[in-house]
Amino acid sequence: MTDETAKDYDAEMHEPTHFFTKYIWSQDHKVIAVQYSITAMAIGLVALVLSWLMRLQLGFPGVFDFIDQEAYYQYVTMHGMIMVIYLLTAFFLGGFGNYLIPLMVGARDMVFPYLNMLSYWVYLLAVLVLVASFFVTGGPTGAGWTLYPPQSILPGTPGYDGGIILMLVSLIIFIVAFTMGGLNYVTTILQARARGMTLMRMPLSVWGIFVATFMGLLAFPALFVSGVMLLLDRVIGTSFFMPEIVSLGEPLAYGGGSPLLFQHLFWFFGHPEVYIVALPAFGIVSDLLSVHARKAIFGYRMMVWALLAIGVLSFIVWAHHMYVSGMDPAFGYFFAVTTLIIAVPTAIKVYNWTLTLWKADIHLTIPMMFAIAFILTFVFGGLTGLFLGNVVVDVPLSDTYFVVAHFHMVMGVAPILVVFGAIYHWYPKITGRMLHEGMGKVHFWVTFLGTYAIYFPMHYLGFVGVPRRYYDYEDIEFIPDSVADLNMAITIAALVVGAAQLMFIYNLVWSLIWGKKADSNPWKANSLEWQTPDTPPKHGNWGVEMPTVYRWAYDFSVPGAAEDYMPQNMPPQPFEAHRAAHPEEGPEEDKPGEDKPEEGGT
Amino acid sequence: MVLAIILVVLVIITVVFTFVSPWWFTPLASNWGTIDDALIITFVITGIVFVAVTLFMALAIFKFHHKPGRRATFEPENKKLEWWLTGLTTVGIIAMLAPGLVVWAQYINPPAEARAFEAVGQQWSWNFRLPGQDGELGQAATRFVSGDNPLGLDPQDPLGRDDIIIEGDDMHILLDQPVIVYLRSLDVLHDFYVPQFRAKMDLVPGMVTYFWFTPIRTGEFEILCAELCGVGHSQMRGIVIVEEAAAYQLWLADQLTFAEMMAEQEGDKND
Ligand code: HEM
Ligand SMILES: [Cu+2]
Ligand SMILES: [Cu+2]
Repeated sequence: MTDETAKDYDAEMHEPTHFFTKYIWSQDHKVIAVQYSITAMAIGLVALVLSWLMRLQLGFPGVFDFIDQEAYYQYVTMHGMIMVIYLLTAFFLGGFGNYLIPLMVGARDMVFPYLNMLSYWVYLLAVLVLVASFFVTGGPTGAGWTLYPPQSILPGTPGYDGGIILMLVSLIIFIVAFTMGGLNYVTTILQARARGMTLMRMPLSVWGIFVATFMGLLAFPALFVSGVMLLLDRVIGTSFFMPEIVSLGEPLAYGGGSPLLFQHLFWFFGHPEVYIVALPAFGIVSDLLSVHARKAIFGYRMMVWALLAIGVLSFIVWAHHMYVSGMDPAFGYFFAVTTLIIAVPTAIKVYNWTLTLWKADIHLTIPMMFAIAFILTFVFGGLTGLFLGNVVVDVPLSDTYFVVAHFHMVMGVAPILVVFGAIYHWYPKITGRMLHEGMGKVHFWVTFLGTYAIYFPMHYLGFVGVPRRYYDYEDIEFIPDSVADLNMAITIAALVVGAAQLMFIYNLVWSLIWGKKADSNPWKANSLEWQTPDTPPKHGNWGVEMPTVYRWAYDFSVPGAAEDYMPQNMPPQPFEAHRAAHPEEGPEEDKPGEDKPEEGGT
Repeated sequence: MVLAIILVVLVIITVVFTFVSPWWFTPLASNWGTIDDALIITFVITGIVFVAVTLFMALAIFKFHHKPGRRATFEPENKKLEWWLTGLTTVGIIAMLAPGLVVWAQYINPPAEARAFEAVGQQWSWNFRLPGQDGELGQAATRFVSGDNPLGLDPQDPLGRDDIIIEGDDMHILLDQPVIVYLRSLDVLHDFYVPQFRAKMDLVPGMVTYFWFTPIRTGEFEILCAELCGVGHSQMRGIVIVEEAAAYQLWLADQLTFAEMMAEQEGDKND
């Protein structure tokens, strides 16, 4: 390496030196990732507290008088919306996407660093607007996270004055932020991969984030337009979604619009959204399993194809949320078929995760335990999804606690378990320190078993027929008294699980200062982010010399290799040359990612 | 290790809970036992998969957790196994979907002999309407709604004059007689849901939706609104009473037709 390149490197990197440009107004993807994550966690805490309040009302109805009906519906709505959009979407794409993409594909940064920075600040603005809705007259909207009109913009719903307007504005801002970030992630993955990093050598984390981002770019516009239209209906009195209405005795000036149109637009976004949260989790968990089981992920190519298949199919299943919405019931046939077809690639992923454990060398580290807990939870939630997808079975279950239990398992708890596993896994790279293991174990067991205790029995409330979004059940005749006992137990479990999350946050801070120092590759993983010259990686990630990739990320326990892992930038070894020259010697030659080392991007 | 044991324990709890917990379907009161059957088929198939996958994971953890000197095998793919699993999954999916679709076809195609009634929702109460002698419901629209005409019947439509209006009171239906329920909302979305009937459907302002069922036992059943409709959502209840012909006829004879209601109101005004 010449002085010349070193000088170019310094000039090109112009690493910021001032505190402000380094940590606040930063264009470094790693800093932006941390900003996104901290903001998402902060607003997520609000959603967590709201879930406690709801559970207090359900477990001990009438005991807490500040939780009246209006407040309850406001909590439900804000909790749901924050969890899905402002926590999970932002965390997976803005947080993990930002941190992992450049490091995993071997780039110095995102291709549009300035846009990336803007994306964060616009996201923060969206969060602030959302928070502001707690403080306007009438409070935040209580329309349910689905915001179905006409109800969401009429006086019978809490937050009709200001809350709904701020909610819609916040969503619109969020989508702007997401689009800036998303274009960046996709472009970076397509254009900025290291030499040798072919698409089929990318770690599945990158694949998951890539497909999810792509879906987001196609799905969010549907939410965007429906948000704008709803805002117009509310503010200037258009009637996109509003038919003739007599509201609480008053005839309104609306007429001719279609409430069902909103539902179609919403779910055209809303169903892919489930997978926008799930696919990054799928990708990340594949990597966690493979690294901590010291074994190549089983069926890598199938895994990639399954991700793509799920991505495409999830755009033609949206109306499974509308089987009893009053749309033409004949659509039920089509959407039931497409929905159950999606189960096939999804099941393949599950099989491949579990088969990765078979004949492995399983290290039950905390990330690994979270990954396994994810599989169980996701399988549970995926299977109950088949009930709801199978159109006629959905009829008795829709809008009951079965639905609440199902979606919490599949898109609440399962992805959150991956978020936790991923944080325990990458924290050493991000901070240079390990998280405290004892606290981690407590966090794991309480979260895994606690959430199971919350949501597993809740399915049976759905069988009983207990409707969701109900403030209380006291005088409903067919509901047995035992349901109240169960609700109390669930509430206690929810409070305990919540407390464990506070301890987790304490651990994040504690370990930053007192955590054990981590070396650069504590898990002995193959993917590029563990091969950086510095830990935590410096601005520009790679120092002077960019990495070159020679293999996929899953060369674990390769026969003949000295160690049980071979980093992606490890050049072909002598024992491999023999194999390459004699393909007739074994089927292993057909392993994925073993195509000619052509150019990736630059 | 502990994890492997816990996974097995979770499977056991899950299975045992299913059989011993007091929380199960509310006793059925309609013909939609077929929906329950489709649900049970789905339950059994998915239950087997859940148990199998979890136990497989527990076994893998038990057998292959790290011990000094253990090394994983290197088997990145196994095409044959992958295709087998895909095939089996497809079979399982078809086994669930096919009966589901058959029952769906019944659900959305009411039999010819079904008698109609209408349920009209508004924040946060239920009203009902029955066709009169002519057997047909007259036209109605939200713009006709007024204090005198709470369900918005078209005053010009002769078919509506003999319709029976049940305002703020219980609805009665006839045992073993298939009914098709037409649903209309004056303001926001609602949903007509009687857990014992299994069936449900949303009410959508601006359009008429429907579903059908046959009540198979007498009794009083609570209608719950199952679509969030504002602050009063959980209080939006109504009552359907299923009864035998004699009692039903007695009740029916007491009800007012739209024409009678209008006349009564005229009378009140003239007083
Ligand atoms: C332990 C943590 C959690 C607890 C105790 C909890 C509890 C609840 C409760 C009590 C409801 C209202 C049910 C009703 O009245 O219908 C609810 C709704 C909801 N939750 Fe959670 N939740 C938790 C975590 C999450 C997570 C991680 C997500 C992320 C996807 C999530 C997404 C939602 C959504 C989308 C709704 C529906 C809101 C609506 O009906 O409009 N929750 N949750
Ligand atoms: Cu969906
Ligand atoms: Cu309602």
